[in-house]
Amino acid sequence: MIRNNEKRKETILGIFLLLLLLAVMTFIDAKLPSYHIAIKVIKKASVYALVAVSMNLLNGFTGLFSLGQAGFMLLGAYTYAVLSIPVGKRAGVYQYFDGGWIQFSIPEFFSEHLGETFGLNMGIIIALLLGGLVAAFFAYLIGLPVLRLKSDYLAIATLGFAEILRAFFQWKKLGPLTNGSNLLKSYPDFGSATGYIVLIGIFIALIVLLVNSTYGRAFKAIRDDEIAAEAMGINLAKHKRMAFIISSFFAGIGGGMLAMYMGTLQALSFKSTMTYEILLVVVMGGIGSITGSVITSFLYIASMEWLLRGLDSGTFLGINAPGLFKNGFRMAVVSLIIMVVVLFFSKGIMGDREFSVKGLIRLFGGKKAKENAGGDGNV
Amino acid sequence: MEALLPYIINGISAGGQYALIAIGYTMVYGILRLINFAHGDVFMVAGLIMVYTTTSMPLYISIPIVLVCTVVLGFVIERVAYKPLRSAPRMSLMISAIGVSYLIQNLAFYITGGLPKPVLNPIPWVSDTITIFGALTKRVTLITPILTLVLVFVLVYLIKNTKIGMGMRAASKDFETAQLMGVKINSVISFTFIVGSFLAAVGSILYFTNYPSVAITSGSLPGLRAFIAAVFGGIGSIPGAVVGAFIIGLCEELIKGLGYSTFSDAFTFALLIVVLCVKPTGLFGEKVTDKV
Repeated sequence: MIRNNEKRKETILGIFLLLLLLAVMTFIDAKLPSYHIAIKVIKKASVYALVAVSMNLLNGFTGLFSLGQAGFMLLGAYTYAVLSIPVGKRAGVYQYFDGGWIQFSIPEFFSEHLGETFGLNMGIIIALLLGGLVAAFFAYLIGLPVLRLKSDYLAIATLGFAEILRAFFQWKKLGPLTNGSNLLKSYPDFGSATGYIVLIGIFIALIVLLVNSTYGRAFKAIRDDEIAAEAMGINLAKHKRMAFIISSFFAGIGGGMLAMYMGTLQALSFKSTMTYEILLVVVMGGIGSITGSVITSFLYIASMEWLLRGLDSGTFLGINAPGLFKNGFRMAVVSLIIMVVVLFFSKGIMGDREFSVKGLIRLFGGKKAKENAGGDGNV
Repeated sequence: MEALLPYIINGISAGGQYALIAIGYTMVYGILRLINFAHGDVFMVAGLIMVYTTTSMPLYISIPIVLVCTVVLGFVIERVAYKPLRSAPRMSLMISAIGVSYLIQNLAFYITGGLPKPVLNPIPWVSDTITIFGALTKRVTLITPILTLVLVFVLVYLIKNTKIGMGMRAASKDFETAQLMGVKINSVISFTFIVGSFLAAVGSILYFTNYPSVAITSGSLPGLRAFIAAVFGGIGSIPGAVVGAFIIGLCEELIKGLGYSTFSDAFTFALLIVVLCVKPTGLFGEKVTDKV
């Protein structure tokens, strides 16, 4: 009975915190213009959070060291962009390919039938989900041969697939679909950061539910010891494939949203460096911690895009040293910090623990909570 | 055939350069079971140092400087980023390698200002244009495969006949037992990185002599190709890496010659995946059995 009460209190507090976050977001959205750096940081960071969590699902929870994230993001991004460029603008975007093969736009179709705003947003979400499905389908195909490989061979093979996809999307013969190596642009965007936060919150919540389900426990068992997991009756091939497909699905959605955030899309930007960047975010947050990935994504993007900007442009924290603080110093500093974390704090910010409401209660007093929460690993 | 000849010559030359990089990958993997993602960037740094030194110093000073600096870089990377993680899981080691690669690229970006550095003073005699069987090419394309083979023979001799070479063989056979038998594992590993970086530096000098400029990302693709060559030949095996590198170099240039340059890298990666799925031990690799 007491436990139930505790649980209910936690849930209520959790929901309250989420609503508070949402209220703050709506407030920020209403107050700041859409080109403000805070809005941009929130948009980009939430996209990174989704991609990092999807990578964590694979690398952290299932122990499959895959480096194909950029490839799946590329698939999602292109699917989204290709399906949602307004018909009227296609002739301009595909100017070298006679307007391209596809002559419809999902968001446009929905906004005609379901009203301007609601229909448009609905269409965007459907196009994003389709992007995720395309990525998941490719993950299924790629997974057939690749998932039989072990650790570093798997990493290299998935990296290879990402590179092949990138080359393929730049191929001239596919130009009417992908616009070759030219930019894709003019596709719609949510227009507000709240849209990003809500959508990505839902996706991450789905991943959390998955991780806590029996499937999630099977994933963790595979990570900890494949042979023991198999002996316990876990179908290795099935669960690995499942983790790979689900992770790619969310990476595809993340890619679509990244394209949306960036406004223009080019296959060139989905290099292996992007995968490395996301991997390092996951590592810094703690491999196997979803909240760790989310927190680090926000910290990382906020410092990269906003707080540390001064390191590149001459003045930082009031110190003016154009000779030292020149272009590229920010990245150098960030990568140094990353190396320090990798070498000396290999557990990252959160280790494999999760940030929870229970931990919050414990943090802010509440002796009773402290007694009850003992011995369960969560903070 | 006439039209493809220049591509074949270029392919053999590229193969030689990949071979020099691939040896670094294969030796490190043989001992540490680590894909040294930073190796391609070491290669790039060697190219940058070459650009900086050849513009300000005579050749007989600049080339040794390139070699020494690259070797020191390889040594330092191992000591700082890999040695502390020797007992950590393999995944942390790989993450550290990726971190080092990221760091080197960003530092290089900061130092060079982000613009590709043009190769202004290529090494004189070797970059002269010559004609073989009616195909125009630079002399370096002929020198590369020969120099590669000479270096490989020296290396194989070293590994077969010296004490440290024996240590390397022992460590790649069984890391723990080698330690128990009194092999000084740290110096063996350092030596491995030194040799690997030295060969990468030589490869870099040859590669960028033939190339208009050095960019901070110009190490990653040759690095990946060389790694694939190492896997293709059987990772851990030096002759395998060399053979694999020549095959990959030739295939890539031939695909370019047939007019599919977009797919030359895609082909290389496809080859990797096929090899990994069909024969993961590669052409010359030893069979490994998994123990519980």
